[in-house]
Amino acid sequence: MSSNEAAKISVRNLNAWFGEKLVIRDIDIEIPEKQATAIIGPSGCGKSTFIRCCNRMHELVPGARVQGSIQLDEESIYDRSIDPVLLRRRIGMVFQKPNPFPSMSIRDNVLSGLKLTKSGRLKEADSIVENALQQAALWDEVKDRLNDPGIGLSGGQQQRLCIARALAVEPEVLLMDEPCSALDPVATARIEDLIHGLKDDYTIVIVTHNMQQAARVSDRTAFFLMGELVEYRGTKRMFTTPKDKRTEDYITGKFG
Amino acid sequence: MKLNTRRGRYTETVFQFLCLLAIALPLVLLVLLLADVISDTHGRLTWDFLTSYPSRKAERAGILPGLVGSIYLISLTAAMALPIGIGAAVYLEEYDKRGKLAALIELNISNLAGVPSIIYGLLGLELFVRIIGLGSSLLAGACTMTLLVLPIMIMSSREALKTIPQSFREGAYALGATRWQTVRQVVLPLALPGILTGAILSISRAIGEAAPLLVVGALAYITFLPSGLDSPFTVLPIQIFNWVSRPNQSFLENAAAGIVVLMAAMLLLNSFAIILRNRLHKRRYW
Amino acid sequence: MKHPHIDREYDNELKELRQEIMVMAGEVKKMIARAVQSFISMDTSLANGVTALEYRVNQYEMDIDERCLSILARRQPMASDLRFITLGLKMVTDLERIGDEAVNICERVIDIGSHSLANFYPLISQMAEIAQSMIHDAITAFIEKDAKLAKKVVTRDDEVDALYVEVINKLVDYMVKENVKQGFNALSIAKVLERMADHGTNIAEQVIFMVKGKDIRHSGESS
Repeated sequence: MSSNEAAKISVRNLNAWFGEKLVIRDIDIEIPEKQATAIIGPSGCGKSTFIRCCNRMHELVPGARVQGSIQLDEESIYDRSIDPVLLRRRIGMVFQKPNPFPSMSIRDNVLSGLKLTKSGRLKEADSIVENALQQAALWDEVKDRLNDPGIGLSGGQQQRLCIARALAVEPEVLLMDEPCSALDPVATARIEDLIHGLKDDYTIVIVTHNMQQAARVSDRTAFFLMGELVEYRGTKRMFTTPKDKRTEDYITGKFG
Repeated sequence: MKLNTRRGRYTETVFQFLCLLAIALPLVLLVLLLADVISDTHGRLTWDFLTSYPSRKAERAGILPGLVGSIYLISLTAAMALPIGIGAAVYLEEYDKRGKLAALIELNISNLAGVPSIIYGLLGLELFVRIIGLGSSLLAGACTMTLLVLPIMIMSSREALKTIPQSFREGAYALGATRWQTVRQVVLPLALPGILTGAILSISRAIGEAAPLLVVGALAYITFLPSGLDSPFTVLPIQIFNWVSRPNQSFLENAAAGIVVLMAAMLLLNSFAIILRNRLHKRRYW
Repeated sequence: MKHPHIDREYDNELKELRQEIMVMAGEVKKMIARAVQSFISMDTSLANGVTALEYRVNQYEMDIDERCLSILARRQPMASDLRFITLGLKMVTDLERIGDEAVNICERVIDIGSHSLANFYPLISQMAEIAQSMIHDAITAFIEKDAKLAKKVVTRDDEVDALYVEVINKLVDYMVKENVKQGFNALSIAKVLERMADHGTNIAEQVIFMVKGKDIRHSGESS
């Protein structure tokens, strides 16, 4: 990373386990601020686990363990004094399958983060809802039916609703765990377009199975293989001239 | 290759028939039983029967104390068992999943669910009636019934909680919600219909129980309504049991009428549970 | 191949593409050989035959372009595959130009007619040989992904340049003392051969980029 890019998240010697199984080993990576960083790799390479370590979701799984350091703005997130619940308000997350809360309306889904945590910002609920939906490029499609159930939307709209829900909490980082894997190409393109815009305000880390997607949306790409970080560099170079033979083989489709 | 051999079709038909038989047999038996019971009532099932106290004269006897006692007892039981049952299920499912304590508790609960109800009666007699000193009161009966339904209620509530996909919990956690906020605002509202269905079914089982209450000391012959938690009481099954054990034919008619009332009550509760469950399925989005 | 793609049909498509580029390069080499042969043997009918070959080379160019586009669209090649395809697209253009240059030689040969320029045959055919082998090696390097061979091709450009200077000096002398028009024709042929060698160098440089992922063009680096 060149020196003029500030690292939003710095990871040092990160190891993560599920029970006895080491799923991530000795990861060192610096994720630049207000850029999109893609993480690619075959299934089970630890890429999802890695981003779940970044907002301390990994440890919610029984038997899961983390060792090493992750710093958010030079603050160690695994420090004893850090409350993971508060940390997750600074690092939002969007999941593989759209998961709007089924009992809530579109509006309530957007506000759900604030309602769950009884935030004082609920006083400005209307403007927060409009803002978040605008940012998620969903406002025009739903502004006349904000009180309809969130799960009545199409898959792509649901995923954008989940993005709006995450943005309403005003995070600094947005983690996206294969956000388009359940969506059709048009819905995928919408989300990708959205990511390009969100980069101005948020640091984005996107895990994806789809290399073309990583190539399209990210500024930097990291390739994970069997829990290790094999290669990490600018996306352009990564997909034209990777350094490591294993990266080359993976992105040209020579092993699975 | 032959697309469909006769032999295959034959086995299929036999299997279908056997399945049909498995459904039909208990249904037919149930209908026969019901018809028999209803014909045994010989017109005893009148409004007066529901609103009269027991009497030595069969024609004037009614089931009011039993009916009211049952309703009081069940309401009390529900009021006690629901919060405890849901609380225990939430603890086991949401807080201490896979913990050693949870495993121990789980083992005990599934064992308790198989314990004969009379054992609960003995436990209730010793614990509530004697040690705590509630006497043979409505409260002691309700406490005993609570013990009886809790294992089933905890298990069915856990099942209901298990059907809520992890993704909703993760969605809430990722928004910075605490475990309690997640359970209270996301998981419980979604699981509630399922929890209630299980609760109603387990409580409707309690309505039919006589044995543990006999042990605890419910009275058979009572000419007043329970006045408070410490009041003596009776319930429908005991009243019926009492009538059945009398030699007089007309009391048997009373018993039959009581059985019909009891069955109706259970049917009412069960169909309520079914309606609730269907609504849950309609609202199921995952 | 040592590391085939998971989708073996993809391997087939790449293999067919490589083969067709080889065939096209072979045709182009044939054009050079015939053009130079027609010059040396003053055989204008041989020169006319080169034009027919040019038609085929043009067909190959279009066909290979289409194959490359189809792989780009359907396979979204990445990394070395991507470099291979994009380079293939460019290389085909170079090859087609070389074919055009061979036709230029033939036009000169027809103009020269039966006038003998025997003094220049050794130099010209030496240039032609080197140019041919450069093109051959460049294409082989491309197919085999052999950067060493490609580097050799780049250094041989200097040989051709040296020969070209020699030819010019001799031809200037010839033009002053004997026939200006025929001397100019011979000069044009030498110039064409020099340009062919440049195309070969060009291809070789791109092959190095493809193999190493490092661009040595326009960098003044010549190792």
